[in-house]
Amino acid sequence: MQAIKETLTGPIFKNNPIALQILGVCSALAVTSSMKVTLVMCVALTVVTAFSGMFISSIRAHIPSSIRIIVQMVIIASLVIVVDQFLKAYAFGISKQLSVFVGLIITNCIVMGRAEAFAMKNPPMASFVDGIGNGIGYSVVLIAVAFVREVLGSGKLMGFEILPLVTDGGWYVPNGLLLLPPSAFFLIGGFIWVLRSVRKDQVEATEFKLANHATVREGA
Amino acid sequence: MEALLSLFVRAIFIENMALAFFLGMCTFLAISKKVQAAIGLGIAVTVVLTITVPVNNLIYHYLLADGALAWAGLPDMDLSFLGLLSYIGVIAAIVQIMEMFLDKFMPALYNALGVFLPLITVNCAILGAALFMVERDYGFAESVVFGFGSGLGWALAVIALAGIREKLKYSDVPEGLQGLGITFITAGLMAMGFMAFGGIDI
Repeated sequence: MQAIKETLTGPIFKNNPIALQILGVCSALAVTSSMKVTLVMCVALTVVTAFSGMFISSIRAHIPSSIRIIVQMVIIASLVIVVDQFLKAYAFGISKQLSVFVGLIITNCIVMGRAEAFAMKNPPMASFVDGIGNGIGYSVVLIAVAFVREVLGSGKLMGFEILPLVTDGGWYVPNGLLLLPPSAFFLIGGFIWVLRSVRKDQVEATEFKLANHATVREGA
Repeated sequence: MEALLSLFVRAIFIENMALAFFLGMCTFLAISKKVQAAIGLGIAVTVVLTITVPVNNLIYHYLLADGALAWAGLPDMDLSFLGLLSYIGVIAAIVQIMEMFLDKFMPALYNALGVFLPLITVNCAILGAALFMVERDYGFAESVVFGFGSGLGWALAVIALAGIREKLKYSDVPEGLQGLGITFITAGLMAMGFMAFGGIDI
């Protein structure tokens, strides 16, 4: 029980897939300009990671190691097709907004990475939980970024007005930069900074240590 | 011809795969510590994109699209839901074939590309370009130009970032930002720079 809880909560802060393992960054940046789209993306990714972990782990003893990548790829791609068709059927508008990024879950390194690193070595149930844990870890970062971008960028959250805009007679001047691609880089960079300031053990070692400025010695 | 040229320029600068659509970010951030490695990776991505996008274009138009199987006597068949599975299969297969081909006939280039070739299968820029090609309904000639252009754009971005990161060694970065954090912020500044190309239209 303890192990399962550890598997579930570990990836959220301690071993966050985006901030620490640099996995799955592409979609983290691209889909975060509005909250609604982000939530759908998070659910889609969590479902795919969890189920692909479970399926791959349940046949792990039968996969020859030379073709394991292809087998994993086929399982993941099939799951993504199911998710994609589901979204097209029940949430067509959002599926259009996500455009290619649902398909790109296939090449999202989180899914592949967990399949390779965890599901190939652990039983199905644990892999399922691990998939959910990593999905949530990914979602936390995405939701945090999307929250900042949507609230400060357009003054709304999921379509509801939070900060009344100047154009509508309110007081808030929206920051257009936050709706543009570069802002996502800054926000994730900042998120990593905060996370690593709190948890010092995650700081990367530098290759070079800067020496102090040279000082002029007296009488030299 | 003019339309193709405009598409080419757009694919490189305005709709840059890495900095405007964030595709191929994992490798983009991981393999940009050294300019030399970045050049190798950039070439590999460009070559693979130039081949896979047109091949996927043919597969889509002659096998998967709605009514595409009319030549086989199956005019009502719509296999487009199999798209994702077949694109990734094609990409994996082409990367594998290219690896064997280069190993046999161009060992110098093979050694230069080294570990990057197999990595490219899971680079989302490759699959992303195939999906964009389908979504925007490009023809064959357009898909060749788009594949080459977007590959070149991605290579340009990764080499530029590697150049900046080599110089970053000399700067005093706050502790929590070291490594990954400062790279994100650098990439963000680069993305802002690339946005300046936004107004160009040939």
